[in-house]
Amino acid sequence: MVKWWIALMLGLVCGLSAFAKEAPAAAADPGFEKRVTRLSEELRCLVCQNQTIADSNAELAVDLRNQVREQMRQGRSDDAIRNYMVERYGDFILYRPPVKASTAVLWFGPLVLVVGGIGGLMLYVRQRRRLAVDDDTENTGFDDYDLPAATSLPAKQKTKQNP
Amino acid sequence: MKRTLIPALIFAVIVVFLGVGLTLNPREVPSPLIGKPAPAFQLATLDAPEKSLGLRDMAGQAWVLNVFASWCAPCREEHPLLVDLAKKSTTPIFGLNYKDKQVDAERWLKQFGNPYRAVLVDRDGRAGIDYGVYGVPETFVIDKAGTVRYKKIGPLTPEVIEKKILPLLKELNG
Repeated sequence: MVKWWIALMLGLVCGLSAFAKEAPAAAADPGFEKRVTRLSEELRCLVCQNQTIADSNAELAVDLRNQVREQMRQGRSDDAIRNYMVERYGDFILYRPPVKASTAVLWFGPLVLVVGGIGGLMLYVRQRRRLAVDDDTENTGFDDYDLPAATSLPAKQKTKQNP
Repeated sequence: MKRTLIPALIFAVIVVFLGVGLTLNPREVPSPLIGKPAPAFQLATLDAPEKSLGLRDMAGQAWVLNVFASWCAPCREEHPLLVDLAKKSTTPIFGLNYKDKQVDAERWLKQFGNPYRAVLVDRDGRAGIDYGVYGVPETFVIDKAGTVRYKKIGPLTPEVIEKKILPLLKELNG
């Protein structure tokens, strides 16, 4: 009975590992795997677009991860591998696209929006403040020029009432 | 006047941007290969595994490369169009059988017709990576000099064939 169980479990494990196509992680060298993961995290999976190839289990992501691993094993630098990917899939594969004319809006657009927004807000507030000051003088019916007369008015009335 | 005009203008700009955004397909990433030499390959053919074809064998003619697989549903949709294109045009169409099984690919061609001059076998998807393939089907048009001139990601449509591919092939063969 126990023997049967062991056979069944072994069968299952072997069956499952047959599905796992990805090259086994080089457990002997955790530094190497860390480097593979770090670079994979910078590369976009084009099938699932909002995941990196490190996160994704799409078949293409597995293939590209294997590519990264294989090329690192051949001693290629991170930049060389990045270039390899860009040559084939374009800048879109990079989660941090290079700064150039076609990506300028992407890089500087938010900054322009924030600066423009703050600038616009400051102008608006200043204008409102000026309007508010103007409104005050309009509502009372006096301007600065009339102010002395206005303050002296009740006194005049007083003198009229009490001759 | 000014108070209503400025917000209206900002609104209009946003509407234009969002409107244009709606017509774009985010899955269609422009290929960096357009205008560049087609990546080299040397691949076995489906019907004669001992015979292999390379990019050099294509030199001197314009040709179409269609990436397909039997497991890919949209490929089935586009396949009759390819069969039709092969009849309409003298330009050879080569198939790239991407990450597929030999028997499945053979059955597929028997069942739906074979529009291909030859089918290249890319079992591990390596050639696919070189061509920047990320969604099957994909179709490339490559000119006599071996430069990639056009790429369609996703299934071909009658419109794409009539308006893009046929005029381009006419230009390349003329």
